[in-house]
Amino acid sequence: MKLPPYAEVLGLEIEPSDGAPVLVMPFADDVVGRPGFLHGGAISGLLEMAAIVALDHALAGESGGRIKPVGVTVDFMRGGRDKPTRAAGRVTRLGTRVANVEATAWQDEPDRPIAAARMNYLIVRG
Amino acid sequence: MLPAVPDPLQRPPMGFDIRAFATHRFGGHGGRLGITYHDHGEDWAELALPYAPDLVGDPERGVLASGPIITLMDMATSLAVWSKRDRWVPHATLDLRIDYLRPATPGRTVIGRGECYRLTRAISFVRGQAHDGDPEDPIAHVAGTYMNTEVQP
Repeated sequence: MKLPPYAEVLGLEIEPSDGAPVLVMPFADDVVGRPGFLHGGAISGLLEMAAIVALDHALAGESGGRIKPVGVTVDFMRGGRDKPTRAAGRVTRLGTRVANVEATAWQDEPDRPIAAARMNYLIVRG
Repeated sequence: MLPAVPDPLQRPPMGFDIRAFATHRFGGHGGRLGITYHDHGEDWAELALPYAPDLVGDPERGVLASGPIITLMDMATSLAVWSKRDRWVPHATLDLRIDYLRPATPGRTVIGRGECYRLTRAISFVRGQAHDGDPEDPIAHVAGTYMNTEVQP
């Protein structure tokens, strides 16, 4: 999957993985909020991209479809430090009209997330 | 076209100088996105996010990604908190929810208005809307909370 232009602003790369694709965002001036920490908006952008990649992955297994974001809720658990951040999405339900997707971002250990998001998408099929 | 920006120097002096803050502190991700000050009041602040092709999340339609909108609203609601507290305090975003009411129109500057509607010692409650020209036809609605990290709950 080709990532949209905003993913380039975040410096995202897709990391090979056995399961759902993992996105990596390097720490850089362009994604900083308060000095030394990631901007919450950049973390949210990373989570959104991870969700879209996961959903695209799931839809590719079916007949495909366009997605329209309805809403997102982001919980911020830890400050994002000066190191690479990874994120992966998980489609919790793929219906005919709506997809529910979760995404988690972490730095050191996947079970110590720095942020997590729940997203709802409308799916326009055919 | 943006509405004319009121002159903040005409406003009464405040303990938190939002204009100076906005001029000197928008580095990092907000600076990369080109976010600038637009307007403010006692418990609200407006910032502007100019359209740019590299902020697009849906190349087919040219619609902005949600990351830049969330960044804009995070910053506008933070400024609203500091305006209402009348001073800068260190705070951390606990959660932010955003509803996408409609896609932003490609090419248009997005105005994000953040409002702080409730303060406790530890928590600031915020909400806001983003529009791309007509405040009556918003593109997004947000609600969120911040924790003031300088006090013990």
